[in-house]
Amino acid sequence: MLHEPAQNSGPDPAVGYKTRLGVMMFLIYCVVYAGFVLANVVADGRAMQIVVFAGLNLAVVYGMGLIVLALVQALVYNLLCTRREHALGLGSDGRDAA
Amino acid sequence: MNLHGTPLSIVIFSLFVALVLWLSWFFARKAKSASGYYAAGGQIHWAVNGISFAGDYLSAASFLGICGMIATLGYDGFLYSIGYLAGWVVALFVVAEPMKRMGKFTFTDALDAKFDHRGIKLAAAVSTLVVSICYLIPQMNGAGTLVEPLLGLPHWAGVILVGAIVITIVATAGMTSTTYVQFLKGGLLLVFSTILVVMVLARGLGTAPASLPGEDGRPLLEIPAQASEASLAADGHVLAHTAGDLLQFLRGEEISWWKRDADGVLWQAQWRGKGLVNGEADGLLRPVGRLRRIGGLDEAEAARGTGPVGPVRFLALLTDPETRIEQWHQRTVYGAGGEKYSVHYPHAVTGTEQMRPGVKFKVGTTREKLNFVSLMMALFFGTAALPHILIRYYTVPSPACARKSTIVAIAAIGSFYVLTLFMGLGAAINGTVNPADNNMSAPLLALSFGGVLFAVISAIAFATVLGTVAGLIVAASGAVAHDLMDRFGRMDLSEARKVRAGKIAAFGVGIVAIVLGIVFRGVNVSFLVGWAFAVAASANLPAIVMLLFWKGTTAQGIVASIIVGIVAALGIILTGPEMFAGPYGLRAEDAWHPLGQPGIISIPLSFLALVAVSLLTRRRSAAPVGGA
Repeated sequence: MLHEPAQNSGPDPAVGYKTRLGVMMFLIYCVVYAGFVLANVVADGRAMQIVVFAGLNLAVVYGMGLIVLALVQALVYNLLCTRREHALGLGSDGRDAA
Repeated sequence: MNLHGTPLSIVIFSLFVALVLWLSWFFARKAKSASGYYAAGGQIHWAVNGISFAGDYLSAASFLGICGMIATLGYDGFLYSIGYLAGWVVALFVVAEPMKRMGKFTFTDALDAKFDHRGIKLAAAVSTLVVSICYLIPQMNGAGTLVEPLLGLPHWAGVILVGAIVITIVATAGMTSTTYVQFLKGGLLLVFSTILVVMVLARGLGTAPASLPGEDGRPLLEIPAQASEASLAADGHVLAHTAGDLLQFLRGEEISWWKRDADGVLWQAQWRGKGLVNGEADGLLRPVGRLRRIGGLDEAEAARGTGPVGPVRFLALLTDPETRIEQWHQRTVYGAGGEKYSVHYPHAVTGTEQMRPGVKFKVGTTREKLNFVSLMMALFFGTAALPHILIRYYTVPSPACARKSTIVAIAAIGSFYVLTLFMGLGAAINGTVNPADNNMSAPLLALSFGGVLFAVISAIAFATVLGTVAGLIVAASGAVAHDLMDRFGRMDLSEARKVRAGKIAAFGVGIVAIVLGIVFRGVNVSFLVGWAFAVAASANLPAIVMLLFWKGTTAQGIVASIIVGIVAALGIILTGPEMFAGPYGLRAEDAWHPLGQPGIISIPLSFLALVAVSLLTRRRSAAPVGGA
């Protein structure tokens, strides 16, 4: 029934580590994102208009911060995953180097 | 507004379309097999795939809708940028690698990998179709909006043009050509958006923005006149009707509408009604949006402008509580004779109000808070559940490549969303907002820098629609041909027939998209996409997450979760105040409930359905058929 991946990538011994790391990273971001949503609804969102940095208010700084945090976390996640994959003898594309 | 296409804009647009069609023809030979057609053979480089993700994701909603919303509502539009980007965190940390490991061509493959259950195939395919259609409507609508000024064609012609080109792209080379069209578009969008923002910053801020050139050579931007009731009366105007703070005056046959502000000053409004626009049978709505005052600058300095500013200074000046920004709002009112008018009027807000949430998303009442949280939930959880995004994980060779391409996507998409704030605010203060349709704000901002940039940005915006629509049609055609016909219907199609079925399905979905794009003209595209995210987050994400992280998940639980998610999300949307006040033409107060956004109810409900049904069917499903 042609029900196999378009490209077989073989077993991935790092999958458990990557899953745990991913969940942890996700939860960290979730908390920061929830804080943003909460800051918007508590006290009619007035906290968001407080100027916090170089004339910029909390709404702009927190919003931009969420975008930057996503990228920083993504890079750290990739670094740690790639390091583990190499330690387990997987190639740069995550497939068995052998 | 009535901007006709120039020869330059038509030439640049035609070059784009020719390039896209050539790409489709070039890659057509690679789409002979099902793997080639549906997943580009799984051979796309992760960096290319990452930019293609951006091309796929940065749709008309992102470019046209968000910039338009920021231009007219300020910071509230940026909330969409934040939510859309945050959703990629879920995609990277939770979904990317498992999706690649479990799936083959479609999202359904991954969900069904463990169970080989016909119910999952059917439910997931239906979900793919529903989400894709919800997402297609605003894209097609955006295409029509773009083509009107770019080529001087009517809205419906633009929708048909996009439909025809995309059907050609998908039907010739499937995912391969779609990938490279998205790569091209994603890259160009980033580069030219950056150029546009640099030009906005180089121009700086001022209270006398440069005006767009009109067809007759007259400037299109008109600073609204100020008056008092006494001065209007002295000028022969007679107050005919009052609708709150909107006043209708008559001078003979001449009608005018004015908005009274808190200080009692009257500001001239624009209006449509009785077959007239601003009093003329062939009249135009003038582009609007400007600064009335800049914090820290006196009147003369503000009129001269600040000159080039850095990005932080740009935002800080707009945030200044002394700054006054002229937003334009719209209200439907009835005149002295009971006739209906659509009145667009200026409303000055402080920098503080412009740069904080609250113009569109008010959070005063409990209902408003729930709606806000609901929207932010849908944006966060929706991205990783969009079928046309998920199928892009099958175009790369390995799970690690899926991860890396997601990171490239986050970098590209995050950078673009930062730019949307500057483009939207740039449009808001440079007199480049069409009061009747804010979707054109970014291209009109480009027009204020000259026809070449406008033509290029509009052509890229058009390519933006092409790329996203192509991805959606590939996802929908895969759901029909691969999930429903081949796997659910057990038709056991050969490779060649499977590809042919996909092409025929692409044609059918394309026709449906064209019809819906014409019907839903004029609605803010980003707002509609918010609903598509809500349906995806409700129908698909609970099933994906629980399949990955809860061993007790059963096939029946997944089916229940998808059905409950779709029904709850669509049910809440269709019976809510936005539909009553909008498409139904009824009063928002008559809606069945006050929720405009379904996520806060439908997402937990979908999780709950999965857990409950899985627990009830666990024993029967203890030994799943087939293996991963």
